Amino acid sequence: MSDARRQIMANIRRSLGRDELPESAQLELRSRISEPEQGIRPHFDQDLAERFVEKLEAVAGTVTRVPSLKQVPAAVQNYLDQYQIKAKLVMSADSTLAQIDWPQDWQIEHRPASGGDHVSVTGVFAGIAETGTLALLSGPVHPTTLNFLPDDHIALIRADQIVSHLEDLWGLMRKHAHMPRTVNLITGPSRTADVEQTIQLGAHGPRRLHVVLVESSA
Amino acid sequence: MNLEHRSAARFKPQAAEALQDDNLKRALAKAKDGFVLKRLQAVSNLNEFESIRTEARRIKDHVLKHLDYYLEEFERKVIATGGHVHWAETAEQACNVVQDIIGGEGKQVLKGKSMVSEEMGLNAALEQRGHTVVETDLGEYIIQLAHEPPSHIIAPAVHKTRDQISDLFHQEHPKYGLHKRLTEVPDLVSEARQVLRDKFINSDVGITGANFLIAETGSTVIVTNEGNGDLSQILPNVHIVTASIEKVVPTLNDASTLLRLLARSATGQEMSSYTTFSTGAKRTDDQDGPEEFHVILLDNGRSKVLGSDFQDILRCIKCGACLNHCPVYGAIGGHAYGWVYPGPMGSVLTPLIIGLENALDLPQACSLNGRCGQVCPMSIPLPDLLRRHRFKAFQQGLIDSRTKYGLTAWALMVKRPRLYHALTSVLTRVLALMGKSKGSLRAVPFASGWTSARDLPVPQGQTFQQLWAKRK
Ligand code: SF4
Repeated sequence: MSDARRQIMANIRRSLGRDELPESAQLELRSRISEPEQGIRPHFDQDLAERFVEKLEAVAGTVTRVPSLKQVPAAVQNYLDQYQIKAKLVMSADSTLAQIDWPQDWQIEHRPASGGDHVSVTGVFAGIAETGTLALLSGPVHPTTLNFLPDDHIALIRADQIVSHLEDLWGLMRKHAHMPRTVNLITGPSRTADVEQTIQLGAHGPRRLHVVLVESSA
Repeated sequence: MNLEHRSAARFKPQAAEALQDDNLKRALAKAKDGFVLKRLQAVSNLNEFESIRTEARRIKDHVLKHLDYYLEEFERKVIATGGHVHWAETAEQACNVVQDIIGGEGKQVLKGKSMVSEEMGLNAALEQRGHTVVETDLGEYIIQLAHEPPSHIIAPAVHKTRDQISDLFHQEHPKYGLHKRLTEVPDLVSEARQVLRDKFINSDVGITGANFLIAETGSTVIVTNEGNGDLSQILPNVHIVTASIEKVVPTLNDASTLLRLLARSATGQEMSSYTTFSTGAKRTDDQDGPEEFHVILLDNGRSKVLGSDFQDILRCIKCGACLNHCPVYGAIGGHAYGWVYPGPMGSVLTPLIIGLENALDLPQACSLNGRCGQVCPMSIPLPDLLRRHRFKAFQQGLIDSRTKYGLTAWALMVKRPRLYHALTSVLTRVLALMGKSKGSLRAVPFASGWTSARDLPVPQGQTFQQLWAKRK
């Protein structure tokens, strides 16, 4: 144990007027961690997908809703056409994305993003209706650089991946019993207000965030 | 203002100088209304705001009461997920830890915004060892070019006008082959993005702060809008987090409650663009991310604030709302406060960290309007804590006479007619209540030097200007 650690702990305990907590008190705190309190959730009545879309659009994200996975390539094509971007994509290797028949003539690579990549397409772990937030987990199939380096980030989400509140996301993750190196909660494209408090999109991360929302998982 | 030699002990001359600075006046005027209005909208859109606020206070008070336990638990989890935890009692120790991790000389170090690293004086320490430090938050980048410290805890360059930023870029960017003087916000942001891109990709170490530390998972959390904090931690091989010890919370759920208050109070957003949870180093199969993950836990006097009359300030989540609603901050900006943390939270915290005797004027830089305490999402009684500092200063014989109380703030206010009107209308109402039964006041709080020789007629509950306006 380092001297600094010992000293800080001693100071804390002296300030609190006690020694190390007795075992019984520690047990109580341990169960406060293993059975987390639920907090106060902002109430809303809306349908989860409706709310998710409304909130995301309110922070300058854009959304295309499609009935099934089959329509995803056309939706992506539309987006690329709109900004006159070539179909040269870096993509996460999620199982959902792998189910899609991408056009043969698109150039698709599954790898971390580099500075020169213009567009990324990724899956997500979940969406949060409360705030229109996407939750992305790092992992072998999903390098984190995909979420930040390209100018355009296109994220694919199924309606059944949208949960109600932030606590529901943590609930899901606890069930899977793992925390990846990085959890990115993304709510809109990159922005800054550092020049005269004027909001400008595209500071260091993506200039645009586009979500393709697939209504059915079939 | 001579920023190199500014100090918390020289508040008065620094404030006087700030009041003469027209650029500062312009920049602050632009910022203030936006912050106040956006926060108000966000808070009124959340019906549960008050109950979440109560909950948040309860969570933080619980943590502080069991701080040793939660820090140890956090440490255990960081180690279990492949990271390292380092403890530092002082700023100097913390800087040494960072030096040891980085090793060698001449490394390029990326920095995401971190107020704790400002507290450490980290940039200067690293530069002394021959490392190059690149601030990547746009506001931090701007003030790094200007060789200035941040003047606000969430908007570090809020004191700069667009014109000044144009000049800075025009002066500093030709070395990257960028020669045009840009004046529009999108162009300025775009140019900074371009310059910083290369640096992101070619750096050895990334240092970020932490808004929260989570005992449940050993995660550190940053909340940003630009994405710079993310690029700073996923591209270099080493990610170092600098955090103060009171940042720990028990669970992800507790962090969620605090997150609901943080962005709303800071920028009026429901969620910032990026809220990122970092847990350990990259996993074996991951294709990107840092090979090493280090968390430095800095005390710097906080363990002694615990259990004291000032413990409440340790609930602070550094949202900046108290700065944005403070008329004194709004008039003089952040640099005049002389140390890292400005505004009401700074005037409470600074004397606790660097010693009351070195910051005697800060607790006086207050007009007692009470707005900071009203907007604080963590229900920190800032005005009470400021008064407590004043009392301590008096008790310890650090201040010679009561006449000093409040006069600094008062002197600032009378030089700003609009502000003065806003405040006097509050004060006259208070004074009217105090003198209700007597018709005159023997002593005006904080101005006894003046009233000792004369009685002040009791105001009629309205200022002269208000009466005048009504009469017309
Ligand atoms: S004292 Fe309160 S209002 Fe001020 S920065 Fe801290 S949490 Fe925000």
